[in-house]
Amino acid sequence: MAEPTRQDLDELETVEIKVNMGPQHPSTHGVFRMVLTIDGEKIVDCVPHIGYLHRGSEKVAEGEQFHQVVTLFDRLDYLANFNNELVYCMAVEKVMGLQAPERAQYIRVLLSELQRIASHFLLVSSFGLDTGALTPGLYAFRGRERILMLFEAVSGARMMHNYFHIGGVKDDLPEDFDKRLGELLPILKFDIEECDKLLSFNEVFLARTRGVGVIDTATAIDYGMTGCGLRATGLAYDVRKAQPYSSYEKFDFDIPTGQHGDCWDRYWMRVQEMYQSLRIVEQAWKQMPKGPVNAIGRRLLRPPKGEAYVRAENPRGEIGVYLVTDGTDKPYRLKVRPPSYCNLVALQHMLKNQYLADCVVIFGSLDIVLGEVDR
Amino acid sequence: MAEAHSPRESRHVGTEAIVPLSEKAQALQTLVKEAFAEFSHEVGASLDLVQVTVAPDMLVPLCQTAKDDPRLDFKLILLLTAVDYKDRFQMVYHLQSLTREWTLVVKADLPYEDPHVPSVTSVWRGADWYEREMHELFGVVFDGHPNLAPLLLWEGFEGYPGRKSYPFYDYQEW
Repeated sequence: MAEPTRQDLDELETVEIKVNMGPQHPSTHGVFRMVLTIDGEKIVDCVPHIGYLHRGSEKVAEGEQFHQVVTLFDRLDYLANFNNELVYCMAVEKVMGLQAPERAQYIRVLLSELQRIASHFLLVSSFGLDTGALTPGLYAFRGRERILMLFEAVSGARMMHNYFHIGGVKDDLPEDFDKRLGELLPILKFDIEECDKLLSFNEVFLARTRGVGVIDTATAIDYGMTGCGLRATGLAYDVRKAQPYSSYEKFDFDIPTGQHGDCWDRYWMRVQEMYQSLRIVEQAWKQMPKGPVNAIGRRLLRPPKGEAYVRAENPRGEIGVYLVTDGTDKPYRLKVRPPSYCNLVALQHMLKNQYLADCVVIFGSLDIVLGEVDR
Repeated sequence: MAEAHSPRESRHVGTEAIVPLSEKAQALQTLVKEAFAEFSHEVGASLDLVQVTVAPDMLVPLCQTAKDDPRLDFKLILLLTAVDYKDRFQMVYHLQSLTREWTLVVKADLPYEDPHVPSVTSVWRGADWYEREMHELFGVVFDGHPNLAPLLLWEGFEGYPGRKSYPFYDYQEW
């Protein structure tokens, strides 16, 4: 091949090239693929591809009895199992006009908030890894493991609990729960502070995340973004405060808000929420009333014909369940509003005109779970 | 099962309130009647939420009003879904106002054969993936959607697995 001449080089033009990222990329937190169009170092366009984990959970639920669907919800957002079980149980209870006993509500809140801390621990870990910090990840996983060990004592499983049943919870808390939780809480507080101190104001971490992937409140709402992503833009909106469910109105906690809507703010919301969740756990533990833990005590149900929509705040954002029943023992139609799915729609907007190197950071700051996106 | 899903009966699924509407929801009901006066619609209740039933061709202007009217302020679309009632599809839109803190359910019935509905992506960009999903799972065509490419299923998948007629439980365990 001949050497390129001066004229050949003059005819060369700048072209946009397409880069495929995923689905096996370690930073995609599952199986997510995006095709990035880049102009030099800048991202011009992003086309996300999802569906690698699609199991048709909503369709499968139409063939399962009401108590069996709880296990499907465990597998949607596999990092926030209790929160997912809670919202489904509330939907069926709403159709049935049923209220869980107060003790069951407190147990649900306590476990959901511990789950939120565990989920945010994982975000600290994975987001640290995305920005190149390995150490906080190991510390965060240690804290998460402590919570999961308590969950194992309560429900018999580390992750797929199937512990919240329609009308309450499966069984009362174990006898040594008070002792174990009493030992866990101070350690947990220390763990959170440790991760916080290790990562949050690290110079390199700040340089990678400050002012990156900015989104403003109006755009975030337009894209359907909720949860920490929305609160990071400065809007103090939390379903637990706005429409309290499962006795959340009885607990005293604050909604942390950000200012800039960038990656660091989104991360900071999660760290702040861990402290707030710890406050709720302490209150729920101290104020927990005695009494029954299940309002119906049976599992086979035939809710009346009707429909209901319930909302709840998951670690990743606002989850919703739309349930249509036809009077049989199976749901007629079930549709989930997965928070990660809605947050992911905004990714295209956030990646525009950002550097390719920041792509992983912006994506990581959304804290998505592909099991929930694909259902 | 056959009589449970007869058109006449299934039309009443959820249209009658089981729980009485809260004062706030009743206020929204009157407000909605006033704000949507120019569109032919029906105001009812879906359990504890206010519900508006509208013809498909009125959907986009109604949604635009719901979003832009400062009294209603439905800036966030919570959920967009289709329900297969075997004789028709029902589009269900859950809208949320973050300032007024109320929820509105908008419903539109589509024919079972060749279902077409205008896309609301021009109103809320968050409706984009929901509509793509409903297109591939239920075969509902969203007119005016910028890109109705498959989202969850692979390219070349045949059939609409969301529909009740799809043979989902006939498969053998593997």
